[in-house]
Amino acid sequence: MQADVKTRAIQLLEEGQVDRVLGWKAGEFFYDLTPAVFTSPQQVEREFVWSSFSGPNLSKYLIAETRKPGKIAAFLKPCDTYSFQQLRKEHRLQADRVYVVAVQCPGMCDPDKVQAAAPGPISLRKEGDGFLVQTLYGEKRLTRQAALEEGCLTCKTKKMAYFDELIGQDGQDGDGSRFDQVHRLEAMTPEERFAFWQGELSRCIRCNACRNVCPACSCEKCVFDNPASGVENKAAANRFEENLFHIIRAFHVAGRCTDCGECSRVCPQHIPLHLLNRKLIEDMNRLYGPYQAGGDLEAKAPLTDFRYDDPEPDGGGRRGGAQ
Amino acid sequence: MGRIGVFVCWCGSNIAATVDVKAVAETLGREPGVVYAADYQYMCSEAGQNLLVQAIGQYKLTGVVICSCSPRMHEATFRKAAARAGLNPYLVEIANIREQCSWIHKDRQVATEKAIILGRAAIAKVQLNAPLTAGQSPVTKRALVIGGGIAGIQTALDIAEAGFPVDIVEKEPTIGGKMAQIDKTFPTLDCAACILTPKMVDAAQNENIDILAYAQVEKVEGFVGNFTVTIRHKARYVDPAKCTGCGLCTEKCPQKRVPNAFNLGLDNRRAIYIPFAQAVPKIATIDPAYCTKLNTGKCGVCAKVCTAGAIDYQQTDRLEQRQYGAIVAATGFQPISLEKFGEYAYQQSPDVVTSLEFERLMNAAGPTGGTLLRPSDGKHPHTLVFVQCVGSRCQGDGRGKTYCSKICCMYTAKHAMLCREKYPDTEVYVFYIDVRTPGKNFDEFYRRAVEEYGVHYIKGQVGKVVPQNGVLKVQASDLLENRQLHIDADMVILATAMEPDPTARALATQLTASMDTNDFFTEAHPKLRPVESPTAGVFLSGACQGPKDIPDTVAQAGAAAAKVIGLLVKDHLTCNPCVAKPDELMCNGCSACAQVCPYGAITYVDKDFRGPNRTTLRRRVAQVNPAVCQGCGACTVTCPSGAMDLLGFSNRQILAEVDAICK
Repeated sequence: MQADVKTRAIQLLEEGQVDRVLGWKAGEFFYDLTPAVFTSPQQVEREFVWSSFSGPNLSKYLIAETRKPGKIAAFLKPCDTYSFQQLRKEHRLQADRVYVVAVQCPGMCDPDKVQAAAPGPISLRKEGDGFLVQTLYGEKRLTRQAALEEGCLTCKTKKMAYFDELIGQDGQDGDGSRFDQVHRLEAMTPEERFAFWQGELSRCIRCNACRNVCPACSCEKCVFDNPASGVENKAAANRFEENLFHIIRAFHVAGRCTDCGECSRVCPQHIPLHLLNRKLIEDMNRLYGPYQAGGDLEAKAPLTDFRYDDPEPDGGGRRGGAQ
Repeated sequence: MGRIGVFVCWCGSNIAATVDVKAVAETLGREPGVVYAADYQYMCSEAGQNLLVQAIGQYKLTGVVICSCSPRMHEATFRKAAARAGLNPYLVEIANIREQCSWIHKDRQVATEKAIILGRAAIAKVQLNAPLTAGQSPVTKRALVIGGGIAGIQTALDIAEAGFPVDIVEKEPTIGGKMAQIDKTFPTLDCAACILTPKMVDAAQNENIDILAYAQVEKVEGFVGNFTVTIRHKARYVDPAKCTGCGLCTEKCPQKRVPNAFNLGLDNRRAIYIPFAQAVPKIATIDPAYCTKLNTGKCGVCAKVCTAGAIDYQQTDRLEQRQYGAIVAATGFQPISLEKFGEYAYQQSPDVVTSLEFERLMNAAGPTGGTLLRPSDGKHPHTLVFVQCVGSRCQGDGRGKTYCSKICCMYTAKHAMLCREKYPDTEVYVFYIDVRTPGKNFDEFYRRAVEEYGVHYIKGQVGKVVPQNGVLKVQASDLLENRQLHIDADMVILATAMEPDPTARALATQLTASMDTNDFFTEAHPKLRPVESPTAGVFLSGACQGPKDIPDTVAQAGAAAAKVIGLLVKDHLTCNPCVAKPDELMCNGCSACAQVCPYGAITYVDKDFRGPNRTTLRRRVAQVNPAVCQGCGACTVTCPSGAMDLLGFSNRQILAEVDAICK
């Protein structure tokens, strides 16, 4: 697969079909891949990497990239195509300047989990259902469970929302197991749940990584950076007020969040932020019918749409309007 | 910090009886920024307004808070007064301490505390108020009336009389609507056609009126004073410029088995037809569902006999765009479908008819030439049973309507009376829940039916109608005498409930006019603005707003016309300045606001902005048309970045109010 993806990137540049390629390149270590824009076939040959660590969702970079002249090829995994479509729906990027090469994804590895299970990793390759890791201290075999990103273990979908070209096979929607953890949280008592989130969110250092990586958080100016909004640089009255940042953010992206899971992936404090979004997605699905942000360019998002049979806001699920 | 003046109104005893107005004025006078506070018996009076005007001058006030009644009552009054004193009118805030305080509380202390809090919130808000200037938009001096029944005709005639051009769009081939189908009108029993057709002719001959019959509104864009409407002219397959309405084609057409819609299917017409003799415009129309030529390519008889050469089988629907300043919805009503009312055997027996069908059976121009004959065998009926409230006043059984259709009591009395007058050998029974006949000369009319014409009025409902050997076995209950009745009737006439015309729903969406749960158009205020829709520039005429008889319809039609004229005489409209305004620097161009805007006020443009390092950045940003925006604020809460704000009700102002209340 590495060969296919890389060859295609070189071809696209050589044939002049695109001016730039958006992909991943290796960082200091083989597992810390980082998004990169490539402008020449030589550069792709030298630096481009598609591997089990190509986790970063590249869609958001297209906002800035499509403001530049010329055409860019973007390599997108199934989840990333939904972010791409959602951004397109919100007119945040110019789709006619993008050539989308969708790449089927076998599930991405979590560098932290791999390092914890196999300290000193030098390389990793798929073997059977798990992975074989070469480490400084010898070989180690890891199960899927031990190596994959949390989001990938309960994969949302392997079905592409959009592509100009597909590498690999188009897949199917996931089995819905991504909501399992939400259900566990819902089963808690309010006190337990409050304690759970207090515990998780108390670790937040407000580095803003979640906001900066989130494709739905693409505002020209975030309300948290806007002096007129009244919440910017506001001194927190208590510990929980800081935590409200995440709750406000979850509401701001509600109906637009595609559940790509990038917020949790980049959190240096390992806060399962995606669960806030998933809870809202599940609630919306239950109240307004199934909806996948970025799934359909024409579909109206449940929170910005009005129908007569919308439930009343009393939480009882009573349907209002026309009988 | 501005210089704020606070004025606390007693409203006689309305406020002062429950709220300690002196304490409110004193406490609010100590709020930061307040330089003057007073209380007065009636702030809205001439003297009260003068107090305001003087204080603005004397204390150089930069903002004013009036603690009084709802802003819906007197906000405009106080804004005008402030403007007289040279203060921008939008620097006036009202704290509603009457409807939201004194009227709903009994405890004087609690009410006083609340009044102070409401006053504080208003002070916090007015500190952030900015002077606003109302803009202007031009007015297209032409009106559109949708629907050509008596409501639409009357509205159009009145507008045209005032000198403004007006178009009537009617979906049927002729104007006239339901009134054209009616035989006689209550309470005077004059013939409907005799009073309607002269109006139809007037409309046709009035040079200010353009009748667009057999046409439909396809799309409505724009806003009050500046609507652009796309109209679909449906293909008649007849050139209206050439057709003389001689009617030869309608006699020669070999396709004779087309149910006559004008007679509600009680007889047949040809595939090419003129609905009735006095149709306006009197132009033949080919029914494409039945025409042999259009369906098989053979025939062409009408083209052969037409001396004017008006037949055009190639005609297609044509779209046309026209500009209007005002739109009147006059889409009218229809009787409900009776399929859920199996007990009346409407589907089983042709002798069970709706009241509108009965009108046709009594009408001299109807299928029986005005002689009352049973549809099943053409015999003269002797026993007639009228059932009122069929589908009206139904309580929650999901079959009919919960409302009263209003006109049925009167037309049933009319039918019963006409039957007895023309055919004294008939027995006429009327079953009713209540007889409701308010209206000038209405109750006298009903009493005449009972007392002079000997109609049997029985309080009770018909339970069942069974057709058996040529008679209708009617089983009913007499509630006053507490007994079951069995009547062998020759005909049963059902006073079928009226419902809005089904095309109204789609039209309401086009017009962004709201509807109630029964699909009647909602008026801007049920008592004070009954002919205006909540959408500026859209007016309501006739039964599309609620069940109405002809006198009410004509009165409302005239009222709607007066409102339209009042709009069209203006060269410019003053807009409400409290509209949404996007901060282009923060706008993402994501379209979320446009999706929730109920008025279509938001569009997008690509604009160049300064980017980093002397670059230019082209971004898509929202634009609000201030003439269309009604200031509802849906966009401001939807905007993810907070770029959209409502002038006069900005997010900052509202949060300042909340902070003041929670302090």
